[in-house]
Amino acid sequence: MNNDKWRMPKWFHQMGSPKWFYEFAGPLQLWFALAAFILLSMGIAWGVAFAPADYQQGNSFRILYVHVPAAILSQSVFLAMAVAGAIGLIWKMKVAFMVARSCIAIGASFTAIALITGAIWGKPTWGAYWVWDARLTSTLILLFLYAGVMALNQAITERNTAGKATAILAIVGSINIPIIKYSVEWWNTLHQSSTFSLTQKPSMPAEMYLPLLLTVIGSYCLFAFVLLVRTRNQILQTQTQTSWLQQHPDVTGT
Amino acid sequence: MYFESIGDLIFMAGHGKYVWTCYGVFIVLLGLNLVSAKRQRNKALQHVKALTRRQS
Repeated sequence: MNNDKWRMPKWFHQMGSPKWFYEFAGPLQLWFALAAFILLSMGIAWGVAFAPADYQQGNSFRILYVHVPAAILSQSVFLAMAVAGAIGLIWKMKVAFMVARSCIAIGASFTAIALITGAIWGKPTWGAYWVWDARLTSTLILLFLYAGVMALNQAITERNTAGKATAILAIVGSINIPIIKYSVEWWNTLHQSSTFSLTQKPSMPAEMYLPLLLTVIGSYCLFAFVLLVRTRNQILQTQTQTSWLQQHPDVTGT
Repeated sequence: MYFESIGDLIFMAGHGKYVWTCYGVFIVLLGLNLVSAKRQRNKALQHVKALTRRQS
């Protein structure tokens, strides 16, 4: 692939430099950590203790404030992982593979949270912890895909090869994301249809909706924080022979 | 607050066990991710420091 055909802006290639990324991500991750802490604490406190109960579901609906962010993030993180992997493959960028690798654990965790909290919510609402409807089943498959990426990454010792292989699996697995998203429209499902839409006003009142917005954005910030930390960790692991790292204040302690 | 007392907040008219378990799962799993990331950093830094010491 000829790089001249796809002229990318300077910052794109700068991000591919481990040294540049390490420096750039350092202060940035602190902002994300702060934002995550504030948004999540506010959103959770509001949703749990101050929002009104649902007319039909009562207080169990408060599970919404952790279930929905986890579900949204589980899908977004998988896509981020696939995009980062694709960038690594196309531009042969090692930092992109590192970013993709950083997504695996956090993405799998969000998926597990979505499934577990969903199951617990299902009991008082539907009378069942689990049904094999399209959304639940495709989300379970998402968890298996994450596990597959994780296993593949650990099975291949050479980092670059591992990066390529996991990138391909992530890209191929992404077909599952539109399936999860549209499952509630394509099939007759027990799971209700979207709460969130980018284009329409939400159907729930503001006092129920706003804490959800806080926990969703807060969760994105948490993901961004973990992503930057884990990518910097991989830079620390792989750049041991470079002078910039050996002389870096984080290492020398000055 | 929506609830009359802390007791009501915990009990949530019978749904408390479902709601609090879910929040517990959320916090614990994400907390583990944060701890794990921090430990990975500490380990990596230790390794670089040891290597740099040996080489100098």
